[in-house]
Amino acid sequence: MPTNLSARLCTFVLSLFLIAFALPAFAGPFEDAVAKFANDDYSDTDEAIGVVASSGNKLAFPIISALQDGRLMADPDSKKVYVTGTDGKSIDAATGEPVASVPDSASAVRLNNRLRRSVDAALGSLTLQSPDLGARLQAAQSVFKSHEETALEPVEGALAKETNKSVKTALGEARAAILLFKSDATEVQKLEAVATIKARGDQEALALLSDIGTDQPASVTKAAASAIGSIQSSLAVWSTVQNAWYGLSLGSVLLLAAIGLAITFGVMGVINMAHGEMVMIGAYTTFVVQEVIRTRYPALFDYSLLIAVPLAFLVAGAIGVLIERSIIRFLYGRPLETLLATWGLSLVLQQAVRTMFGPTNREVGNPSWMSGAFDLGQITITYNRLWILVFTLAVFMILLAMLRYTALGLEMRAVTQNRRMAASMGIATSRVDALTFGLGSGIAGIAGVALSQIDNVSPNLGQSYIIDSFMVVVFGGVGNLWGTLVGAFTLGIANKFLEPVAGAVLGKIAILVLIILFIQKRPRGLFALKGRAVEA
Amino acid sequence: MPTKSIHDIAASFSRRGVLAATTGLMLGLASISGAKAADDTIKVGVLHSLSGTMAISETTLKDTILFLIDEQNKKGGVLGKKLEAVVVDPASNWPLFAEKARELITKDKVSVVFGCWTSVSRKSVLPVFKELNNILFYPVQYEGEESERNVFYTGAAPNQQAIPAVDYLMKDEKVKRWVLAGTDYVYPRTTNKILEAYLKSKGVAQEDIMINYTPFGHSDWQTIVADIKKFGSAGKKTAVVSTINGDANVPFYKELGNQGIKAKDIPVVAFSVGEEELAGLDTKPLVGHLAAWNYFESIKTPANEKFIKDWQAYTKNPKRTTNDPMEAHVIGFNMWVKAVEKVKSTDPDKVIDALPGIEAANLTGGTSKMLPNHHITKPVFIGEIKANGQFDVVWKTPGLVAGDAWSKELDGSKDLIGDWVGKKCGNFNTKTNKCLGSGS
Repeated sequence: MPTNLSARLCTFVLSLFLIAFALPAFAGPFEDAVAKFANDDYSDTDEAIGVVASSGNKLAFPIISALQDGRLMADPDSKKVYVTGTDGKSIDAATGEPVASVPDSASAVRLNNRLRRSVDAALGSLTLQSPDLGARLQAAQSVFKSHEETALEPVEGALAKETNKSVKTALGEARAAILLFKSDATEVQKLEAVATIKARGDQEALALLSDIGTDQPASVTKAAASAIGSIQSSLAVWSTVQNAWYGLSLGSVLLLAAIGLAITFGVMGVINMAHGEMVMIGAYTTFVVQEVIRTRYPALFDYSLLIAVPLAFLVAGAIGVLIERSIIRFLYGRPLETLLATWGLSLVLQQAVRTMFGPTNREVGNPSWMSGAFDLGQITITYNRLWILVFTLAVFMILLAMLRYTALGLEMRAVTQNRRMAASMGIATSRVDALTFGLGSGIAGIAGVALSQIDNVSPNLGQSYIIDSFMVVVFGGVGNLWGTLVGAFTLGIANKFLEPVAGAVLGKIAILVLIILFIQKRPRGLFALKGRAVEA
Repeated sequence: MPTKSIHDIAASFSRRGVLAATTGLMLGLASISGAKAADDTIKVGVLHSLSGTMAISETTLKDTILFLIDEQNKKGGVLGKKLEAVVVDPASNWPLFAEKARELITKDKVSVVFGCWTSVSRKSVLPVFKELNNILFYPVQYEGEESERNVFYTGAAPNQQAIPAVDYLMKDEKVKRWVLAGTDYVYPRTTNKILEAYLKSKGVAQEDIMINYTPFGHSDWQTIVADIKKFGSAGKKTAVVSTINGDANVPFYKELGNQGIKAKDIPVVAFSVGEEELAGLDTKPLVGHLAAWNYFESIKTPANEKFIKDWQAYTKNPKRTTNDPMEAHVIGFNMWVKAVEKVKSTDPDKVIDALPGIEAANLTGGTSKMLPNHHITKPVFIGEIKANGQFDVVWKTPGLVAGDAWSKELDGSKDLIGDWVGKKCGNFNTKTNKCLGSGS
């Protein structure tokens, strides 16, 4: 039956055709590599990343970026790999076909640090021509870091098309980094590369130049050595600027912690050992505010600190008034008893918080505007430190204005300067005492909100600040707010310039010794109050 | 035993209720319980700080022992008697540890004590345990260089935590430059001394090691993190080995995250950061940083899953984490129970002699054994911090590692061994064949 035969032949040829077309979709090197993701073995994953990234397949980018974000799911039983999109839809990683759902047995492909570097390098060469400016810049940076020879062609391709200036510079640096390590690059190319990297001038440039090895032409080694020298000397200048910034930042933290004590101890003369606990209560108020926001109004999270500031002031201030009315007012003029009573009180408050919130640290999150850092020249400035500095100065100014321009401020100053005279002028001195103590405590509470961003929120939070706070107030001059400001920044900057030389432990000891010597010379601190008020 | 019937009645009544009541009562009666004749129960001392700076870590261990005693009593107790916990609070005050230990042994007549966290608290109670001849189970990783007859060390010695971690970084991450950062006290200083000697023996040059100490509770890490960044820019792969302890870790990791030091560039491997410490942190910027322990909550074994389930049911908190020192207490407690049942007595002398050689299952699928030097065999895991605050095990030792009481890396101790079975000596010099005794 000839017709039958030809029909059979036809089907045979057709199926051969089909197989020939269909096979690559199941067994090509790309598909093999994708299947390796399901092995849950770091070396296999590493190999797969390399093959997928260089395959030229349009699925390469979605797969690798999903791997980076933990969205690449692999099923160990069927060896199938899926990409879950950010929109929740999934595709089969080998074919790109959409799938209804990822099986439950699939789990995200695991990464370790070595693999994260491979992923970065792979994504770098894949996103060099991305339409997104930030992605291109990041890609250029990661190619600079990995400087693999295979990336040279994509970098040069991207360089030719790039129009943005900063991305262009980054790409030029990436190209230079690759050429510097390419064994068959010419000497001229390498010298040019050294010059480009030298112009970058940061620590990563330094790292790259120090790593070029010994198998380079002599002229290149020499150029690199001189580039290292010049980068190092410019970085040394920057490091002084950096120390000064760190000093300002530490000073602002000291000032913030001490500012409330400058009122209770400085203005009122109460040795308040429970001051640190007011700071802690402010920090826990922040925690409670964030908890409520997290569970009820997650969208408001970035405003949590703004909401916490007035609340912390009210909570800590109210507790301060309560303490003054119930304990401290009976102890005026008896510093030793005040010291013991407030110290005991600090232990009571700590244990109370420990019982209520548990002994472990509580997580207070950083809103997005307080996370991360930006580069200013060659120094890194973190947002949280910058905002704390701004916040501290604002609190200081408001407090100063309050003491000077409001009726309450006037009464406070009157009572502390001459209690009997103030009383005979009709000022209710005991009410003013309570409000002053409440104000000092409330400001300590505000400090707690800011400190929760950089320190532990635990029952011990206050203890670490109480000594520093007393140090600042005594050093600056008791009873003088400006003295507290100058004292805090002086100590902060001195500490940060000593720390790189002497180490953190010795630096701190040296500061204490210096203060002791200083107090010997000037017992009333930097800015001593003069006149009869001092003797009163 | 005339008292047994009472227990049977109590048990048939409501075992849980009675237990809860006794646990509650004990806390109140701890100070006057010496007055009560106590041959109907075996008393177990719990010497962990419940207030002060160390409460953050030690409270959990107190709860762990109460939980283990509860579980053991459900199984019928030990030698037919119920176990009874005597909880005291040494309040993170080192001299008070010694006082409370004395009170536990002389007044409450406990048969064994589970307690201490810091090395200084252990050193403070040591003379008391020697003088009154009792047993202390110490559950925390420590600096080694000690082997005492009355102490059983169920936490890691440096060769069970620090050295495998450094090996991992050297082999897998190809680290060439090392920052040893620690809090300024005995554990980090001794560990770093051992690590420095070890690194040098592996050919690391002095200029590739940076050692940095900070005070307790250090909160301003800007300078040090910038220094680490600078040290890491010398063109060689750099890692930080952190023995930073307790509260200082949170601001340290926050600063690392903010200054943009990623684990893939400069990984930090920590020896004192576990699930509990991470609970106070947003861990997303820390993904990939490492910790070396003998136990992780995330390890999937039937024993561990059951333990976590029972623990969360006992504490009535479905989110309560578990950690490495807790597992050490589990192993130590089970070893003590086995030893007591073996010699059919709670007499410290008999139990001390019976303990070496006793085996107990650990929660990660192996069997730990008490060694003649009073340390135990443990597996070592390296875990990476995940975004959810748990650890993902990326490496583990092929088998169990035997704890060295005396480090083989230090000149002063490399010839010493602890052997309480054959030599009856904690610091036997194998070169001179002499026991140094308690004088050194």
